[in-house]
Amino acid sequence: MSLDEKTVRKVARLANIEIADEDIERIGTELSGILAWVEQLSEVDTDNVEPLANVVNIELPLRKDEVTDGDCADKVLANAPEETQGFFVVPKIVEQES
Amino acid sequence: MSELTHLTIDEALTGLKNKDFTAVELTQAHISAVENARTLNAFIVETPEIALKQAKESDKRYAAGEARPLDGIPFANKDLFCTDGVQTTAASKILEGFVPRYESTVSQNLFNDGAVMLGKANLDQFAMGSSNTSSAYGNVVNPWKRSDGSNAELVPGGSSGGSAAAVAARITMGATATDTGGSIRQPAAFCGIAGIKPTYGRCSRWGIVAFASSLDTPGPLARTVKDNALLLASMAGHDPKDSTSANRDVPDFASAMTGDVKGLKIGIPKEFKLDGMPEEIEKLWEQGIAWLKEAGAEIVDISLPHTKYALPTYYIIAPAEASSNLARYDGVRYGHRSSEGANLDEMYSKTRAEGFGDEVKRRVMIGAYVLSAGYYDAYYIKAQKVRRLILQDFEKAYETCDAILTPTAPSAAFAIGENEDDPIKMYLNDVFTVTANLAGIPAISVPAGLDAQGLPLGLQIIGKAWDEEMVFRVGGVIEEAAQFSAMPKGLTQKAA
Repeated sequence: MSLDEKTVRKVARLANIEIADEDIERIGTELSGILAWVEQLSEVDTDNVEPLANVVNIELPLRKDEVTDGDCADKVLANAPEETQGFFVVPKIVEQES
Repeated sequence: MSELTHLTIDEALTGLKNKDFTAVELTQAHISAVENARTLNAFIVETPEIALKQAKESDKRYAAGEARPLDGIPFANKDLFCTDGVQTTAASKILEGFVPRYESTVSQNLFNDGAVMLGKANLDQFAMGSSNTSSAYGNVVNPWKRSDGSNAELVPGGSSGGSAAAVAARITMGATATDTGGSIRQPAAFCGIAGIKPTYGRCSRWGIVAFASSLDTPGPLARTVKDNALLLASMAGHDPKDSTSANRDVPDFASAMTGDVKGLKIGIPKEFKLDGMPEEIEKLWEQGIAWLKEAGAEIVDISLPHTKYALPTYYIIAPAEASSNLARYDGVRYGHRSSEGANLDEMYSKTRAEGFGDEVKRRVMIGAYVLSAGYYDAYYIKAQKVRRLILQDFEKAYETCDAILTPTAPSAAFAIGENEDDPIKMYLNDVFTVTANLAGIPAISVPAGLDAQGLPLGLQIIGKAWDEEMVFRVGGVIEEAAQFSAMPKGLTQKAA
């Protein structure tokens, strides 16, 4: 199994990582190699096995639904690449109809 | 004062209590040692001012008779632990310049107990790697050299490579680290020191840059098993800010080291005998078995039949969780933002392309693939099912044994640049360590011998969930029997 160009581009889009055209083949080969290697799990009989998500059986605790933190906008914004008047600034997101 | 840097934490605490030296003297000795060892590149940021300030406070508490459990002990903080007011990068360009306004629970716990932070230790980018060659801030160099005179620079292991190299080079007494697939234990073995991955849930993950949340486990690195016990006792404990943190009392780990393993049953998993395993690793394992037998333990053969599937399972689950966790690096709230990008989507994808290293990109993309529509069941759910079988292997084995003995890593430290041609070659470094992460159980690496090239090798003791005490107890006996006293070569020369 080898990932074709279309699949590599799709995965890159899902991962939100821009990749250069000249890297597509290399990345496709690397990803294919890893996927072929993990494919060996298909040998394992997992019928009637429950997936394991929580390894130590800790019951997720509940707490009262009340504010325990906050009122620190300056701290939240302190590392923003761009901020103004208490907001994060991002490039324009409203698309123009052409 | 170079001898101060050769003390264990345990010895230094005694010296501080006896007023043989002050915390400031101890810290200053380590600050100088850090400065003299910059060629190792073990630190991304040094924090001598913070260290001296904390040491002065420690001295005040010693003078007032109010010393805390780790008062005045210098440590290196893996640059994955967020530190209030000190840059935290996860060794990635994408977090360059990120200065958290909060402190990770584990490092706060250490500060509360009086520990002194020397700086932020280098690591593999986002803790993804086994060689510390994926850091955006340069490779870390292992202080050990091969005895063949080739002078090749060796890797310290990874991902906690800066932490391990710094402890081995006697420029810090201990370090924080994290272990997702072997990132505490493999560098411990490569650098001739000890390190424990505790049970998942023993230490809070709050404030630690997330890689794979169901596997990430904070723990210590230090030169002795007892020093690990002392550090872990301070790092561990319940934290309401991490919903997977266990609400359990923290035992006195050091007092579990009774030196007595008489009558204990030690399991030897036959599936860990790999084809093509270096003879020296097999010999060391045999030696470990002999030491425990001599100490009165009973050796039992056990089977962990799904061992060979552990790494492939890990390389589905860990990238899947990473792709989700690392979605937060979008150039909006913190860290790097691309200056290109005409619109928001382009800004995201360019920011991530510029900020992430190759291995991080690879894992995020693998994760995106195995979680994508049509593949989720075949890869991710399948891996979670095999993960349960791996856990059940251990549960069954522990019906007949108290702890398990294995080698830590399949080789000694290799040269920088080796194993880089094929990602899977690098992944195989974790073949002996990764099962404990998948099962969430504690495991320690103890330095146990040298290979023919004079490089350190480690033995691993794996315990039951929440039974770190057994791991420390057996680890202590291995340490006592091994009498590992070798030091990196350059270092012995410098000290002499």
